Amino acid sequence: MAEEPIIRLVNVSKNYDGTEALKDINLYIRKNEFLTLLGPSGCGKTTTLRIIAGFERPDSGAVFFEGKDITDLPPYKRKVNTVFQRYALFPHMNVAENIAFGLRIKKLDNKTIERKVAEVLELVNLKGFEKRSVESLSGGQQQRVAIARALVNEPEVLLLDEPLGALDLKLRKGMQIELKRIQKMLGITFVYVTHDQEEALTMSDTIVVMKDGTIQQIGTPEMIYNEPKNAFVADFIGESNIIPGRMLKDRLVYFAGHEFECVDSGFEHNEEVDVVIRPEDIKLVPMGEGMLQGEVESVTFKGVHYEMIVRSEGINWMIHSTLMEPVGSRIGLRILPQDIHIMKKVALK
Amino acid sequence: MRRTCYAYPYLVWMAIFIVVPLFLLLFYTFTVTTHEGIRLTLEHIKRIWEPLYLMVLLRSILLALICTVVCLLIGYPVALILSGKEYSQNKVLALLFVIPMWINFLVRTYAWMSLLGRNGLIDMVMEFLHLPSVQLLYTDHAVVLGMVYNFLPFMVLPIYSVLTKMDKSIIEAAQDLGADYITVLKRIIIPLSLPGVISGITMVFMPAVTTFIISRLLGGGQYILIGNLIEQQFIVVGDWHFGSAISFVLTVIILITMGIMRKYDKEYEGGAIW
Amino acid sequence: MVGRIGKRIYLYLILLFLYAPIVMLVVYSFNESRSMGRWNGFTLKWYAELFKDTEVLRALYNTLAIAVLSAIIATVIGTAAAIGIHEMKRVKKAIVMNLTYLPVINPDIVTGVSLMLLFVFTKPFTGMGLGFFTMLLAHITFNIPYVILSVMPKLKQLDRHIYEAALDLGATPFYALRKIIIPQIMPGIVTGLLLTFTLSIDDFVISFFTTGSGVSNIAIYVYSMARRGVNPKINALSTIMFLTVLILLLIVNKRMNKDNSRVKESLR
Repeated sequence: MAEEPIIRLVNVSKNYDGTEALKDINLYIRKNEFLTLLGPSGCGKTTTLRIIAGFERPDSGAVFFEGKDITDLPPYKRKVNTVFQRYALFPHMNVAENIAFGLRIKKLDNKTIERKVAEVLELVNLKGFEKRSVESLSGGQQQRVAIARALVNEPEVLLLDEPLGALDLKLRKGMQIELKRIQKMLGITFVYVTHDQEEALTMSDTIVVMKDGTIQQIGTPEMIYNEPKNAFVADFIGESNIIPGRMLKDRLVYFAGHEFECVDSGFEHNEEVDVVIRPEDIKLVPMGEGMLQGEVESVTFKGVHYEMIVRSEGINWMIHSTLMEPVGSRIGLRILPQDIHIMKKVALK
Repeated sequence: MRRTCYAYPYLVWMAIFIVVPLFLLLFYTFTVTTHEGIRLTLEHIKRIWEPLYLMVLLRSILLALICTVVCLLIGYPVALILSGKEYSQNKVLALLFVIPMWINFLVRTYAWMSLLGRNGLIDMVMEFLHLPSVQLLYTDHAVVLGMVYNFLPFMVLPIYSVLTKMDKSIIEAAQDLGADYITVLKRIIIPLSLPGVISGITMVFMPAVTTFIISRLLGGGQYILIGNLIEQQFIVVGDWHFGSAISFVLTVIILITMGIMRKYDKEYEGGAIW
Repeated sequence: MVGRIGKRIYLYLILLFLYAPIVMLVVYSFNESRSMGRWNGFTLKWYAELFKDTEVLRALYNTLAIAVLSAIIATVIGTAAAIGIHEMKRVKKAIVMNLTYLPVINPDIVTGVSLMLLFVFTKPFTGMGLGFFTMLLAHITFNIPYVILSVMPKLKQLDRHIYEAALDLGATPFYALRKIIIPQIMPGIVTGLLLTFTLSIDDFVISFFTTGSGVSNIAIYVYSMARRGVNPKINALSTIMFLTVLILLLIVNKRMNKDNSRVKESLR
């Protein structure tokens, strides 16, 4: 590790009324990175964020900020700021007052406050909105105010709790690009919570995939997508065919009634595994070519590609292809060794 | 769809039993019956401005104001604590503060009569401690005490409901931006709970200013509040014109209070949604 | 920040203030002695005396009869009114709703005396003097708005399309109302019924002004006795009233909880 991480969570656990929200989480966040906590609802990603912000105290474990233990530091003394899911703007204050809230607590003089508010409003493309009431703003504009209100305090780390969740698709895409731009420009560490895997893949430097209060995998978007560590991650990040299989030896796996060459090794002989194959990695070939033969059961047009379900060896294979085969036609399926991902079995509920 | 006709019986009922009586009240307020028949007059309204009655009026308002302030000072912290993290799951406790609202008014007032009276519990305790006996019953203190006791839940409830509906992430946002508890209270919680405070004030002040039971039972026989004055005029004296005039003035006071409160409330209406 | 313990102590002190007088009242209704300050031993004699008192029994009858009748009549008129008002155009609706709030906002004493004026004024034409019937009319009047205010929110929650679907499937408007709308707003109607029943039992001021000589309800009876000072018989009567309200509240609360859990279930 070249540099001291800005935030470190060590063995953090948290219970709510007997249910474990976080189980012994270890995580470090590097300076200036865009880190995303990704997972389905109830996976503990928001709890992790709230522990970093200081709204929740971990039952055990510790939180370090630039090497100092801040586990018991109240939120108002931490050098992090949060953008809340539903913005949490102060309804009785206008845009400028909302943004100036943190600055006034720091007792800055009015001139400085005014200047900083104007600057940050320009940054989020809301120039001239100072006197507007926050309730007259659209969702997207409220979102920008919430971001501006946090950024104006020049936090070391900005925490974002599903900040785009309430926006419609088009606005969301626009804001994704804008957030990334702001992050690059200011060089602030972003910790971003989302359940949207596409959003995570687009924006992040690092993705932390979580499930049931545990971390499943940490890595770059490419690593997470291409080398999912287990079937859960594979399934959650994009669609996948997950088939039970058995490892015969290194680089040879048995599933769907056939032996396949693969690139994974290090499993025990005859170990039960999950085999994950992305729908776009299964190639349609003429009957007789390829390992598997099957019959097309359904075809759905998805815009960029067709989604086909092909029945073969008692398994329904999901296949994405730009070429369409009509329902009922018999075809061959080919899977290349590097597209077969072998994973240790996890209990999927 | 002509379902609006289902409301007609109600409209007729309300016209007869709400609108007509109010006009009758106005009629009695502004007329006098003489040998020559009925004529319009302002003499009943003017009579209220006589020092004797004016004092009663001012005294009623003063006692009601004291009661409102005391209720606010005691009630706000209660609502704040009940809506806080430790108690927000405890619906039973909140219910305990509501139940007294449903106990008959007379019973609640009577309970204090027996506590405050001669040979009442408080008197006995004082005697037991060899302290001088205090005669609280039939004093202004007893009346204010009775009012606070009766109307406190009316202050707690609206404030509590505004506070529980308040988006908790707003408070967290303020803490996140560096505000400590006192700042959060001053800049966020209190301003945002003003709609609740205002309806609390209205709900306490209005019955307090019009009550005649509390003042009659805890304040003794002499008519001391405006409510008693009205009761006397209708039940004992039989001067319906003057009784109506006082009722009319009372209604005007209430409407003005409501108007002011409403106007003040409007500015914060945005806050009520949160 | 005030400590946890500080908060707890504060809450309990206020609860003590709220409940101590009531508890004392209940305890001393079983006291042999007439005095509140002295405990002379357990007795039920005040209850026995209470139930031997024909005046109390008549007052009790009046209270219950008026509560039941006024609750039912107000619920019928109020529910119909809510359905009608719900369909009204904006301006008309606003006017009617303001009229509905009027008796809720108006001080009881003003509502009481103005109704009294009406009844006395119309006596020569209707031949109806102040008494049981006028008290009943007054109770219905102040109860209707509360029914409307309980039913209205349920109507607002109602999906318009459900009604339209019924019409589309061939139901007449009245049939759709009976089979679709009424069952959907039933919780509001029942809440209104229980609320008005309780309000009617609880009322003193309006009853006081709209009843005539000889006809009294429990509240009026308590008042006329309490005016003369402390009396153990009132303790007994108060205890009964307190317990009645408590039981009613528990029932209402249970209903509401059931409603809530039903909502939660349907969300699942």
